[in-house]
Amino acid sequence: MNMLVALRDWVDARIPLMSTWNDHLAQYYAPKNFNFWYYFGSLALLVFVVQILTGIFLTMNYKPDAALAFASVEYIMRDVEWGWLIRYLHSTGASFFFIVVYLHMFRGLMYGSYRKPRELLWIIGMLLYLALMAEAFMGYLLPWGQMSFWGAQVIISLFGAIPFVGDDLALWIRGDYVIADATLNRFFAFHVILVPFILAGLVFVHIIALHEVGSNNPDGVEIKKGPKGNRWSKDKPADGIPFHPYYTVKDIMGVAAFLIIFCSVIFFYPEMGGWFLEKDNFIPADPLKTPQHIVPLWYFTPFYAILRAIPDKLWGVVAMGGAIFCLFVLPWLDRSPVKSIRYKGIIFKAALAVFVISFVALGWLGTQPATPLLTNFARLFTALYFAFFILMPLYSVMDKTKPEPDRVTYNH
Amino acid sequence: MSTEGVNTARRRFLIAATTAVGAVGAGFVAVPFVVSMQPSAKAQAAGAPVEVDISKLEPGQKLTVEWRGKPVWVVHRTEQQLADLPSLNNLLRDPNSEVATQQPAYAQNPTRALKDKYSVLIGICTHLGCSPSYVLAGDPGQPTADWKGGFFCPCHGSLFDLAGRVFQGVPAPTNLVVPPYTYLSDTRILVGVDHQGAA
Repeated sequence: MNMLVALRDWVDARIPLMSTWNDHLAQYYAPKNFNFWYYFGSLALLVFVVQILTGIFLTMNYKPDAALAFASVEYIMRDVEWGWLIRYLHSTGASFFFIVVYLHMFRGLMYGSYRKPRELLWIIGMLLYLALMAEAFMGYLLPWGQMSFWGAQVIISLFGAIPFVGDDLALWIRGDYVIADATLNRFFAFHVILVPFILAGLVFVHIIALHEVGSNNPDGVEIKKGPKGNRWSKDKPADGIPFHPYYTVKDIMGVAAFLIIFCSVIFFYPEMGGWFLEKDNFIPADPLKTPQHIVPLWYFTPFYAILRAIPDKLWGVVAMGGAIFCLFVLPWLDRSPVKSIRYKGIIFKAALAVFVISFVALGWLGTQPATPLLTNFARLFTALYFAFFILMPLYSVMDKTKPEPDRVTYNH
Repeated sequence: MSTEGVNTARRRFLIAATTAVGAVGAGFVAVPFVVSMQPSAKAQAAGAPVEVDISKLEPGQKLTVEWRGKPVWVVHRTEQQLADLPSLNNLLRDPNSEVATQQPAYAQNPTRALKDKYSVLIGICTHLGCSPSYVLAGDPGQPTADWKGGFFCPCHGSLFDLAGRVFQGVPAPTNLVVPPYTYLSDTRILVGVDHQGAA
């Protein structure tokens, strides 16, 4: 034992082992009133690790070549020992990544986690979301099925809507006049090296930023402004508890529940009726024939529905970009005197409910054929989606809020 | 750090100059990497003209060939379909094919074709690049009540008539592209080459 302690001290004298452990785990004081919604940050990290690990093993058998890619995925599914499991872990992991991230973002919306002093934390999170979308999009080309091909064709064509440089930019991204081997090859490079690297870097910065300002909580009050002194330290917030072991244990409980659901999908519904793996993607890419109902995977469909709702190429792309941009500026749109939904009034609660309904409705509409009736519904929900953000500076001030407590509320 | 006796103006200038030179160097180094992502010489060289035999194409039928990785359609239009084209003009964005980039000059006419009967189009929607489907009057899945035949894009609902002209109120901004082509004989079309020669 002394040998181990001596080894630890030897290392600690050379790299900041113990201080990092303490600053970020054993002596990082998080509010004691975290609830269910606080599982999803650590779960996102878990899914990220799952994606990296399964991705490494998939690259051992996958061929990033337009002539070989489709067959190599089927080879993984049929001939590689346990290949099906590794592939389903990765494909299901992609959908669960978005489920977890959307719930994580919703938590932020509810409890005002984007408000001062966490604006940058929120923006770094939004950059993570953008990088995740890029990662998912490029990964989806790799199986080289019909949906891979035509999905990539549509998304890359979005860049063509940019005035003046658009067509040249789309050509540069594709590396050919059509989606071709060059496109597949470079998307593979981005998907396995560049974007995971960016994601890992942003995750690091996200956590550093979180630990600098401290975690928000369901009451939206700052524990750093409350009284000092707790069981472990007399100058740390009274309402804080050490992340380790209290929240590491809580998160392990969340991991167990998550894995039960995640594994149920992998073993029993890996395609999820076409929601996680689209049926048309089991047909090899055919540059001459677009599938009848081309839809992106479910996590992009809200934005896809907004794109389709606007009967103009450039403005459709602008609206789609704007839908994401609105989230970036959220910290400066909310002018409510309180952070958490617990103390906000009926207007904000109604607005958030309308926003969630609009987002889910757009998500569903994005999976449906573009009939005139459904397009009008998509326009309605697009208007409501934007109204949530554009009107927020007004209604967040008008809203009748309740007074915030001085300290977090907590039932033993 | 002592700053006594330091010429801070000179120090600032040297820092700025070093930064600028470094940034220029980084910019130049980036060029080969950025340019390497352009279509390669091989990709640029691909795309030989494609010969199409239309002798077996009955009126109302469409055939698809691949040219430069894209679908090219040849549609044999019936007399009725040709007669319907002018009646649609009020519903179209660009009925007279005034956007010059969408067709060669010799196809800038009411039927957007060298010979009225045969429409030759690149089958890629000018919105976001899906390949529209061919829907004739009376087919199931009519996009509008009095549909005269044309193309419907399944991705975002854009509509084109049988000359590839785009309808109003759909996301596609321009007419479908007419590729350069020429007739080798009455029944053979060469796609990718003008009758002047060059592609």
